[in-house]
Amino acid sequence: MKYLTFATATLAATTAMAETPELVVYTYDSFVSEWGPGPAIEKAFEEVCACDLRLVGLGDGAALLARLKLEGARSDADVVMGLDTALIAAAQETGLFQETDIVADYALPVEWTDPVFAPYDWGYFAFVHNKDVTPPANFKALGESDLKIVIQDPRSSTPGLGLLMWVKNAYRDEAPAIWEAMADNVVTVTKGWSEAYGLFLEGEADMVLSYTTSPAYHLIAEEDDSKAAAIFDEGHYMQIEVMGRLAGSDQPELAAEFLKFMVSDAAQTILPTTNWMYPAVTPDAGLPKGFETLTVPEKALHVDVQNVPALREEALAEWLKALSQ
Amino acid sequence: MAQSALAISRKTGISAALLVLALIVLALGAVISRAETGAGLGAADWAAIRFTVLQALWSSGLSVLLAVPVARALARRRFFGRGALVTLLGAPFILPVIVAVLGLLAVFGRSGWLNTALEAAGLPAVSIYGFHGVVLAHVFFNMPLATRLLLMGWQNIPSERFRLAAQIRLTPRAMFRAVEWPMLMQVVPGALALVFVICLTSFAVALTLGGGPRATTIELAIYQAFRFDFDLGRAALLSVVQLVLAGGMALLVLRLVPDITLGGGLDRMMPRWDARGGVQRIVDTIVIVLAALFLLVPLVAVVWRGVQGWAQMPAQVYHAAGISIMVAIASIAVLLGLALPMAGWIAARKADGGEAIGLLGLSASPLMIGTGWFIVINPVADPFDFALVVTMLVNAMMALPFALRILVPPMRDAVRQYGRLSLMLDVQGWRLWRVVLLPRLRAPIGYAAGLTGALSMGDLGVIALFADPDRVTLPLQMVRLMGAYRMDAAAGAALLLLALSLGIFWICDKGGRWRAEA
Amino acid sequence: MLKLDDALIVQDDFRLEADFTLEAGRKYAVIGPSGAGKSTLLGALCGFIPLARGVMLWNGQDITNTSPAVRPMTMLFQDNNLFPHLTVLQNVGLGLRPDLGMNAAERAKVEAALEQVDLAAFAQAKPGNLSGGQQSRAALARVLVQARPLVLLDEPFAALGPALRNEMLDLVQDMAAQTGAALLMVTHAPDDVRRIADEVIFVEGGRAHAPRLAAALMDNPPPELRAYLG
Repeated sequence: MKYLTFATATLAATTAMAETPELVVYTYDSFVSEWGPGPAIEKAFEEVCACDLRLVGLGDGAALLARLKLEGARSDADVVMGLDTALIAAAQETGLFQETDIVADYALPVEWTDPVFAPYDWGYFAFVHNKDVTPPANFKALGESDLKIVIQDPRSSTPGLGLLMWVKNAYRDEAPAIWEAMADNVVTVTKGWSEAYGLFLEGEADMVLSYTTSPAYHLIAEEDDSKAAAIFDEGHYMQIEVMGRLAGSDQPELAAEFLKFMVSDAAQTILPTTNWMYPAVTPDAGLPKGFETLTVPEKALHVDVQNVPALREEALAEWLKALSQ
Repeated sequence: MAQSALAISRKTGISAALLVLALIVLALGAVISRAETGAGLGAADWAAIRFTVLQALWSSGLSVLLAVPVARALARRRFFGRGALVTLLGAPFILPVIVAVLGLLAVFGRSGWLNTALEAAGLPAVSIYGFHGVVLAHVFFNMPLATRLLLMGWQNIPSERFRLAAQIRLTPRAMFRAVEWPMLMQVVPGALALVFVICLTSFAVALTLGGGPRATTIELAIYQAFRFDFDLGRAALLSVVQLVLAGGMALLVLRLVPDITLGGGLDRMMPRWDARGGVQRIVDTIVIVLAALFLLVPLVAVVWRGVQGWAQMPAQVYHAAGISIMVAIASIAVLLGLALPMAGWIAARKADGGEAIGLLGLSASPLMIGTGWFIVINPVADPFDFALVVTMLVNAMMALPFALRILVPPMRDAVRQYGRLSLMLDVQGWRLWRVVLLPRLRAPIGYAAGLTGALSMGDLGVIALFADPDRVTLPLQMVRLMGAYRMDAAAGAALLLLALSLGIFWICDKGGRWRAEA
Repeated sequence: MLKLDDALIVQDDFRLEADFTLEAGRKYAVIGPSGAGKSTLLGALCGFIPLARGVMLWNGQDITNTSPAVRPMTMLFQDNNLFPHLTVLQNVGLGLRPDLGMNAAERAKVEAALEQVDLAAFAQAKPGNLSGGQQSRAALARVLVQARPLVLLDEPFAALGPALRNEMLDLVQDMAAQTGAALLMVTHAPDDVRRIADEVIFVEGGRAHAPRLAAALMDNPPPELRAYLG
């Protein structure tokens, strides 16, 4: 036993030593991946902060919150980045976050007033498909079709939760029936967005739950215009991704500085072509070329932050029930 | 008489057993204390329970059903590579689940070899996700085990009976009814029970191949309650359900479960005078070829894709591999520290019973123990700091029942043969271990250590619960790569993991037998 | 020298009473029907089986409850007298150092004993590579270095052929003479009794009878013994 503790302690020690101040940011996996915004953001912020920015990927957005609850006040994190509008109420309930004084000229479809969380990008959820597939016009048509879809688990993933809210928002009491109809279209439910999108790219499904902005990745990064987002006539649920600093942070100034940096032009220019979402603040140079080709839903759906928890619980139960049959 | 020969090791043996018991009971207590019985089980929880039992029934039924013709064919055919095939049947025991899943995906996945072939032939594709996938993976793992158990049954049939049957010219059909059917009636229930219990606690397979709420095992539901909702109450409640179901079932069918011998003896061939007919020969050949393909093709796929993806493995894979090696070695150390004194104690006892404590470790699920220990540690320290320690302990505990079954019989022999001599020569206590027991048991110790090392190396259970970017084991790293859909890198990691698992088993096993005296 | 005072040995359903004294340097044969308790008697003397009643005295000192290791005797079993994983040298060395840590002097002593049983050339061999006779001689070499005042033999040579067995018995006698040890040997062969025993302990009917002079007893056996000898 002594040996074991020793061995673990040595392992832990290797990460504990750092001379420059270290800012720990918890975020989702795809943010820190080498093709995500992580590397560029880290480089740009470290140029101005004289610090060591450590981006820690912990699954998808919703899992991020669970992880934070798990760690509680003991958490090493200074900033959490990657929650969204659907999780804000639950995040506030933890009492772990501290207010922020960020002001920015947000280019969001809704007015932003939340005192604790600051948005850094946003987008519309949508099913992404290959252009050779004829997309359904709405959830009902999807449920009736033979199309195979991959979705994310609403308990671990913000897109998964988004889809839940989307269906609930559009269909209210009919939502369970919609889910029952769609159950046989679901190939599998993944833990996070990355898994689902990977499965789709690998040909395991016809459509994947992602964003209207996702085709931009293929167009801009891969010069591939074969992907499109299906526009549903129920309207599209909107996701605003947010960040917040933790009250228990040992680097409060640095944390505040990081939040400011994330809404600055430097970071906002990076996000559209790495996180493939709309920037929260339109960069000085405007949106990158290619974004103008993206279809924009005519109808945006949005749930008030405070109503989410009650709705989530009900929708989750319905979803679990429909998909576990 | 024998008990006095090992008197000195009783205290350590009982302490080790008590330690194991405490580890489980404490976890259990913590889980029960936090279980929110008031909340009850939701529809999804019941679905998980149903799915768990249903897939276990199907998995065990199919595994054993398929194993019957394979074992029969192996029992009565002599062919080139038979020994290798029988050895291969033992491989899934030390094959990391996640590696096999990757291999199965490569073969049965939507864009895998099978579906590519089906598509070319204009046939509809098969899906590996959900119920099918979980059962397929379980059959992949347990059909070989069932085959070995049944093969043993066939080889335990006295050859006189076959000789007699040949003399009175029984037809193959009558032969089956007179000789083989009664044997199957004895062996099959045990094999079914064993596979059923193993499948009840399935986690990694359901995690990777489960298709959402429809294909969630209780073990996976514990993980989800824990990691997704941080709902300790529900995780605890599900843990209790798991314990009652899997633990209760394990205890219930314990008597049925046959001795798990993983060693040799199965390559013995007995002359058979029946089944010389052309049809049976063809059927047996087809059965053997199909079984070999079913086992080999996914493994070949792992190696094939692994070689291709080797260069794309990120540095974290090697870091994770380092951690996995360390965890595996530490698990071996913990296991031997527990199993040897326990085996000594059990061997010196006249009555059986000590082994039951080891089996308790098998019926208590890793995620239940993990959840329990999280609850215990959380108020006083950061549980993530203990992730690797808990992983080592749980890995060792999961290997304990196997280790005891491997160690106790030779330990009994050693005590019976050399107990008095040792006592007379004052070779006692630690000296007894050093001079007599350890050298006498070198081969089984090496074997048990190798098995533990391989199990630990490939384990994806409790570590997923406590996962932390800094403390990622290789299987978990692999899952992450798969999650990020870096399939090439994941395949490379799978090959590395396969090599490490087989490597640690080989080193320990060979080390135990190297220059060992009979 | 060794006195069993009103001793009762109980093992499961089996009971054996013994009340006798062994003298230093004498050679005793233990005979009796199979299952009469000859091995049990030796086991009790050596301390493997506790006495249910009575005491065992060694030169007046109570050794009833001492560990086998510290009793002034050593025993050769029917089999498994050598550890197969240890060399002959190590096996014999265990008689002096149970932790295998021999110093130069102890090593020399072991080598001398091996010399005496003609096994000097096999010091580094493992028992598995030795013939049955050689294995017996290795075990005897250990008895030699142990130099205990009482040597118990539980038919250790039973598996050897007659010629080899006689050779071993002669060797045992030589060694006993050399160390002045008393011998207590279980045997089935009346010839062995005549060959080496001074006295005979007859075990029968739940009782180990007190030693009687061998020659007199064999020439004029009591009815039970006569029945056994046939």
